[in-house]
Amino acid sequence: MTAVLELDDVVGGYGETQILHGVSLRVEPGEIVAIIGPNGAGKSTAMKAVFGLLRLSSGAVRLAGQDITNTPPDQVVKQGVCYVPQTSNIFPTLTVQENLEMGAYVRDDDIRPRLAEIYEMFPDLVAKRNQPAGTLSGGQRQMVAMGKALMLEPKILLVDEPTAGLSPKIRGEIFHIIRDINATGTPILMVEQNAKQALGIAARGYVLVDGRNRLEDTGQGLLANREVGEMFLGGGT
Amino acid sequence: MIEFVNFHLIPGIVLGSIYALGAIGITLTFGILRFANFAHGETMTFGVYVTLTLIWVTGLHPLVLLPLAMVVTSAVALSMDRVFYKPLRASPTIILVMASFGLMLMLRSVTQFSWGVQLQSFQPGIQRPYVLFDALRISPKHIVIVIAAIILMLAVHYLLTRTKIGKAMRAMADSPELARLTGIETERVIKATWIVGASLAAAAGVFLAIDTHVETMMGFKILLPLFAAAILGGVGSPYGAMLGGLVIGIVEEISTYPWIGDAPLVSPGYKAGVAFALMVVMLIWRPSGLLRGRVF
Repeated sequence: MTAVLELDDVVGGYGETQILHGVSLRVEPGEIVAIIGPNGAGKSTAMKAVFGLLRLSSGAVRLAGQDITNTPPDQVVKQGVCYVPQTSNIFPTLTVQENLEMGAYVRDDDIRPRLAEIYEMFPDLVAKRNQPAGTLSGGQRQMVAMGKALMLEPKILLVDEPTAGLSPKIRGEIFHIIRDINATGTPILMVEQNAKQALGIAARGYVLVDGRNRLEDTGQGLLANREVGEMFLGGGT
Repeated sequence: MIEFVNFHLIPGIVLGSIYALGAIGITLTFGILRFANFAHGETMTFGVYVTLTLIWVTGLHPLVLLPLAMVVTSAVALSMDRVFYKPLRASPTIILVMASFGLMLMLRSVTQFSWGVQLQSFQPGIQRPYVLFDALRISPKHIVIVIAAIILMLAVHYLLTRTKIGKAMRAMADSPELARLTGIETERVIKATWIVGASLAAAAGVFLAIDTHVETMMGFKILLPLFAAAILGGVGSPYGAMLGGLVIGIVEEISTYPWIGDAPLVSPGYKAGVAFALMVVMLIWRPSGLLRGRVF
């Protein structure tokens, strides 16, 4: 089976600074894949590499077998990859509805049925549809950001630290939403600080250290791994 | 009191409407292209001379010719973007500001060279004002200017809130990076911004020329009040620019009313200083502007 998304020994960074020194990972159809690792390990950078946000000096990014290495972001979107950045992932002065409409910018067909589906997925947003997205709570903003990305019915969704800065309760909700989105068939690649919860819902996970693959296993496998436990989960498991 | 309305409030509203239209272009360029466009005043002047030429050729009323002048001015703005600003897109803001300063001088020289520097006017002669209730004097051109300005502002509102490209303009003003990640065609949004800014500049210039006269420095002279209006309303906020323009126009005109004693409070020669003072006060008191724009 061809992987939905594949990074093959990716090397790259910003300008002179190399951050990724050889990262390989794959997302199979229908999977949630989590990338975890210490600060500065290149987790978010690996995600940006997929999205054409940094130049790769070697290695390849393939979408459903097709090479998309160094494709500019607007083209990557058109190919069906949607990306929710960690910060500034909504347009604060646009209303919730307008944010969702912008998510569908590259679509030329009637987006109303998809809008209805998104509101069904995030019922909290219905009452807020005409409010500027910047006035919403952290959790709701995250819903707008994900709803916006889902407007395109992407082949794969990339989510960068969706629970950063949120309360434990909201965090749980967000993980729930990610699971729900995945249940509709959308594969998800996610970078997370909260390794325990992320691995809990992930089919597979990758541990990056210093811009290189360190470990790769199923979510449960990594949760049970001693090294992972010591590194991120606060002592032994 | 009626003198206050006739000679200060009404001219203030007229001037304010003109400022409002001009300031929208300033604020949109700042919000979307991220630089203060010094050439905006000259763009305005250019639109006025295009209209003047069309009047010579066709003999029609300036308002009838305005749409054509808007198209020509937009075309010039788009070419300037293509030749001068596009290669500098990734440069620091200060480079773009300097480029716009250079373009301001170039465009002014071209205008002066092509049309001469002498004072001209659209329609010779003086219009008689309507007199209402034996006291209220409103000149027909003032009514026309305010109505046309309101129509244009409603058109801008419609564009920004009801059309895909308008919403994309607001999205890009919010966050250019996210706009790119969302798949918004940023170059198309930039083109739309120049078209809207240049068209409104041409309109503001033509209204100003209908109200006063035509000269090559007219755009540059109102550049400061336009910046003041954009800052007052909150840089990056088109509605703020409309509000700011109206406030600055009205305050400039009513500052010359004899509030204390018989002499004007501010001598008319210093009117422009009022806009400047307002801008300074605003930058100290609330730099994000009345409608909370972007702080830079």
